[in-house]
Amino acid sequence: MARFTLSDRAFDRLNTIFVLLVTLIIIYPVIFVVSASISDPHAVNTGKMWLWPVDITFDGFIRVFKNKAIWVGYRNTILYTFVGVCIHLFLLLPAAYALSRKELMAKKFFLWVILFTMLFNGGLIPTYLVVKNLHMVNTMWAIVIPGVVGAWSILVARSFFQQTYQNQLVEASKIDGASDFYLFLRVVLPLSLPIIAVMALFHAVALWNQYFSALIYLSDENLYPLQLILRQILILNEVSADSAASIAGAAQSFADQVKTASLVKYAVIIVSALPLLIVYPFLQRFFVKGVLIGSVKE
Amino acid sequence: MWFEHFERFFDSYYFWRLLKNTIILNAYNLILFPLPIIFALSLNELRNGPFKKWSQTLTYAPHFISVVVVVGMLVAFLDPNTGIINHLIRWLGMDPIPFLTSPDWFRHVYVWSGQWQSLGWGTIIYLAALAGVNPELHEAAKVDGASRFQRIMRINLPSIMPTIVILFILNIGNFMQIGFEKVLLMQNNLNSETSDIIQTFVYETGILEGQYSFAAAIGLFESAINIVLLITVNQIARKVSENSLW
Repeated sequence: MARFTLSDRAFDRLNTIFVLLVTLIIIYPVIFVVSASISDPHAVNTGKMWLWPVDITFDGFIRVFKNKAIWVGYRNTILYTFVGVCIHLFLLLPAAYALSRKELMAKKFFLWVILFTMLFNGGLIPTYLVVKNLHMVNTMWAIVIPGVVGAWSILVARSFFQQTYQNQLVEASKIDGASDFYLFLRVVLPLSLPIIAVMALFHAVALWNQYFSALIYLSDENLYPLQLILRQILILNEVSADSAASIAGAAQSFADQVKTASLVKYAVIIVSALPLLIVYPFLQRFFVKGVLIGSVKE
Repeated sequence: MWFEHFERFFDSYYFWRLLKNTIILNAYNLILFPLPIIFALSLNELRNGPFKKWSQTLTYAPHFISVVVVVGMLVAFLDPNTGIINHLIRWLGMDPIPFLTSPDWFRHVYVWSGQWQSLGWGTIIYLAALAGVNPELHEAAKVDGASRFQRIMRINLPSIMPTIVILFILNIGNFMQIGFEKVLLMQNNLNSETSDIIQTFVYETGILEGQYSFAAAIGLFESAINIVLLITVNQIARKVSENSLW
């Protein structure tokens, strides 16, 4: 390495420039989408708009808000996310807590079973058949139940419980005559709010962003989550008829339709990502914490 | 009779194409494994302050964007007529490239858009490992006249090696099954020559065509490859570096 004889200050500068460049490259597409969502579509499509908004218009958002399918999708996604996170926590916390206690019977066996699912699974088709035969197809449960608790979440929450309580607290309460249920509900859970928040957030993001289970399990459009609607608009280029029809009585030319399509595209990305964009800066440290607890090797 | 579905799959003309596409796509992704390590080492050299914090916040953000939106952005940016990338290419005096409908470009677009999404997020664990490096090592090296770069290569990098090995094994464990949902969204008739992978095939034959047994057998074949890979890599890692999952 002797040929790198740059002085430390020069190194510092180069390094800062490198990080700055990487950051700019990563954030540029996001800025572009935000600017494009409020720019004139003609300017966007001809490449005149490349960083800041040009000929500002909020037409895209107005059209998104008038689109019924997007609202239905939004409502469904909120519902699935909320219900999914509740069931997730209801199953995850007791399981992880029990596995964190020394005196659990057959603990090795349970851990092994859970770990095994990380290494091996039946795959797409067997899962699909199970969901189908349980008559969950075309219901909310097909979205919420499969994958409701993953092995990773259980292991992360378990290692949090282990690190935090290490049994002294438990033993102290036991001596005071508290039952296991009382202990779990009144002592452990109130002290575990950080891990509960982390786990809820990760699961909520996963549910909010997933499209695949909806794609294979749902055929009723009234049940479609937001991501499936987005797929139609962004990827399949099916600008839904009702967004065009909602512009009262205006007969649209083909060029107009193309314009509308590109307007709606960027606006709908913003609208769909808005809840996450708003909370992300405040919750970033929780997400980071989740990753770090998960990476602690015993 | 027992292996009827497997035999039908192995003997089919598309078997080698599917296997090749799956392996190349995942191997391409795996080659880029050092990128977050380099970025983490680089971030770690910044002084703690608003710049470091901001670059972390901004580079983590794409991790939270859904695959549908990412592919939607690709469709918009890479459009041959209206996409910003092709405007740039035309401005440079070249012919526009149909990135999303060309088999030659599919892998590059898939892998690099994945890096865009995960590069920042991938640094978190490495940064935590770097925070645990003993500062005395750096002091001692400074006294001996080591440069910044030398200290990164000789102290920081070896210190996080155990973390790197563990994450590498975990990556191999997912070797055959990363990002199928994104492939499915990016796939079309024009790029299927390179975008047909085992999982999209399972989806097509199983879910769309209803050949459950056949598709389930192929899925099992894939899971089996995965677990063999994971065990092999773990054994090698244990022998070579004393770091392993179990």
